[in-house]
Amino acid sequence: MLADSLTACCRGARRALPIVLGYVPIGFAYGVLAGKSGLSEANTLLMSFIVFAGSAQFIAVGLFASGTGPAAVILTTFVVNLRHMLMAASLAPYLSGWKKRYLAFFSFELTDETFALHSSAAGKLNECRLEALSLNVTAQFSWVTGTALGLIASGLIGDIKPLGLDYALAAMFIGLLVGQCQSPVRIITAILSGIIATLLYLAGWHQFHIIVATIAGATLGLGVELWIKR
Amino acid sequence: MAVVTYLPRLLPTLFLSGRNLQPLISSWLRLVPPAVLAAMLVPSLLVREESVTLGFDNLFFWAALVAFPVAWKWNSLFATVIVGMGLVALGRSLGLGM
Repeated sequence: MLADSLTACCRGARRALPIVLGYVPIGFAYGVLAGKSGLSEANTLLMSFIVFAGSAQFIAVGLFASGTGPAAVILTTFVVNLRHMLMAASLAPYLSGWKKRYLAFFSFELTDETFALHSSAAGKLNECRLEALSLNVTAQFSWVTGTALGLIASGLIGDIKPLGLDYALAAMFIGLLVGQCQSPVRIITAILSGIIATLLYLAGWHQFHIIVATIAGATLGLGVELWIKR
Repeated sequence: MAVVTYLPRLLPTLFLSGRNLQPLISSWLRLVPPAVLAAMLVPSLLVREESVTLGFDNLFFWAALVAFPVAWKWNSLFATVIVGMGLVALGRSLGLGM
């Protein structure tokens, strides 16, 4: 029994490796940026522990650096992270056998990246609770580690741009998106959603464009899927 | 921030787990991941200072043209991130873009 649990934990940690390799440099970039923005070291680290939402943290640090007030920061991160609601909803049907406390813990560490991995093996989630949780914990540990390293380095690095650190988030989204595009319908959905998001962004929607484009893109994609099947 | 980023992830798993969703809804939910990732990514690659810019000064776009095939071929998040950041760093050291 114990040996089984250990194997499950190891399997989860191993599956998290691609995320770890992405999170350490991105967490590092976040740590450096937060250090430069004037956010205290304790708050920077605490955010990685209790918020654990990469893009929201980047955005919050950017707003903080530009002197935006707390209410606007909270509202913005809420809107940006509303997308997780759709992600959590899409995994929920596969979590029928889970106790509430495990669901609460699992949801806490649900991010774009862990979601992408879980949804690629969603059918196994019910049997592999420990593996899934270990995957999440490993991912968060690497995120906090990256943040700490970034904080340490923040004093040593004059400017992040020559290192390309500000591209970390976009590059990670590229990797995750390609992993999600296994069928023509999904590729069409991604292209439509990307175009809509860009148009909305150009029209001046700088927060809500993500969630509106997601809903519109997925709906149009579903339309295409139904039309092909007809 | 912790509360507003946690609640959207928690409530759906608590209330929807174990329910059998309508096939149409679950097909829609399956399309959410590619849609949301593209919605976050594409504007950050194409838009510079409020307009679509595809010139060589938009390094993010050109780095993405390489990073996409890298992600496709090796299916590795790490390789994609390192190649992407490396290209942006290289471009800037050559004095291209911003």
